Amino acid sequence: MGGSEVVLLDFWPSMFGMRVRIALAEKGIEYEYKEQDLANKRALLYEMNPVHKKIPVLIHKGKPINDSGIIIQYIDETWNKKPQLMPSDPYVRAQARFWGDYVDKKVYVASKKTWALKGEEQEKGKKEFIEILKVLEGQIGDKPYFLGESFGYVDIALVTFYSWFHTCETLGNCNIEKECPKLIAWAKRCMQRESVSKTLPDSKKIYEFCIEMKNQFDF
Amino acid sequence: MAKHSEIKLIGTPASPFVNRVQFALNLKSINYEDIEENLACKSELLLASNPVYKKVPVLLHADKPPICESQIIIDYLDEMKPDLYQLLPPVSLDRANCRFWATYIDTKFYPLYDELRRTTNKAGKEAIKEQMIESTQLLEEAFIKSSNGKTYFGGDEVRYLDVVLGCFIRWIKYSDELHDFNTFDEVRIPKLAKWAKKVSSHEALKSVTPGTETLANIFGLLNVYRPPYDQ
Repeated sequence: MGGSEVVLLDFWPSMFGMRVRIALAEKGIEYEYKEQDLANKRALLYEMNPVHKKIPVLIHKGKPINDSGIIIQYIDETWNKKPQLMPSDPYVRAQARFWGDYVDKKVYVASKKTWALKGEEQEKGKKEFIEILKVLEGQIGDKPYFLGESFGYVDIALVTFYSWFHTCETLGNCNIEKECPKLIAWAKRCMQRESVSKTLPDSKKIYEFCIEMKNQFDF
Repeated sequence: MAKHSEIKLIGTPASPFVNRVQFALNLKSINYEDIEENLACKSELLLASNPVYKKVPVLLHADKPPICESQIIIDYLDEMKPDLYQLLPPVSLDRANCRFWATYIDTKFYPLYDELRRTTNKAGKEAIKEQMIESTQLLEEAFIKSSNGKTYFGGDEVRYLDVVLGCFIRWIKYSDELHDFNTFDEVRIPKLAKWAKKVSSHEALKSVTPGTETLANIFGLLNVYRPPYDQ
């Protein structure tokens, strides 16, 4: 029985899954992509992530690794070759982990409020979302990438949300480029990397997926 | 004369996340200075050091900008001085496993205790206790796999997950007394119960474990700032 050494259980519109795809592409790692039907979760996903039953899951030589942030660090350590995704200085690594954690804690929940909610709650959510993006924009400042000259961990953690911005703007009635022009400039810079441009799905496809999901689940 | 340490830790004795970092610093025999924070009235230093979350612990190392979030601080301490007592394992896969359970403990297990405190109705409390039972069952299984028959998650010695989970034991015991529960039940989760006793008595943790009065004060504060839910 043949089996790929590296398998990724994923779901195409997931910003968390996209992160892993970018990391694998950056390192030039070949892998088998297995699309998971999240409405109908399969045995393999349950076996590989029994605690959370969530994607993405990286399976390396039969062993599962869960949580996109943890997966990226694992990839960087295991395929210890250029480009390094984590900074080499321990202090800067701590900063990378802090901001990656901030993106995890704040961006997803806030972005969801812009397209999943209505009325006053949506307005509040939208404000919160823009504020969070402004904090991140402030951190990038005039640097090419989040922590400096090199594309890395935090850029990967955040840029995948760029594919969802069109959805947030359309359904949330906001203009992210107007509010955070430097953030959009940074995202476009990241998109010049093949690993990013080939991974991020077309914004319109994400929008259509979101509309379909809202209809199906009655958001 | 005040002790001058290269490492300072902004914290408070009752915070299990602060205890976590202190436990790690003690294991590594790193000298540090505690800067005690009043959480009811946060200092300029804390607000400037952690403007994003305004929370303890915060590590100040020499003249470097502050490092926040206890797991990130521990990672940093491991990497900063690799010759000292390492908390994370050397193998990447084992490290990923440690980080996974640390995230689980902080985001799924520990928050149950605050939920329990804030839930006032009986049915709600029972439901949360059920979740605690399920959660500790998972941790028992994780312990069995990780310890490989030995005393700690880290084997013969206290390592990362012992620190990450161990810092909560005193807090959990205090909560258990208030809510008529026994988290580390010897019948339900024998291995984890034994581990809890062992790690609580480890000198590096024992020396920073808060007393009953300190805990009572912090619970009082929590009841004011994050009060129980309305019925």
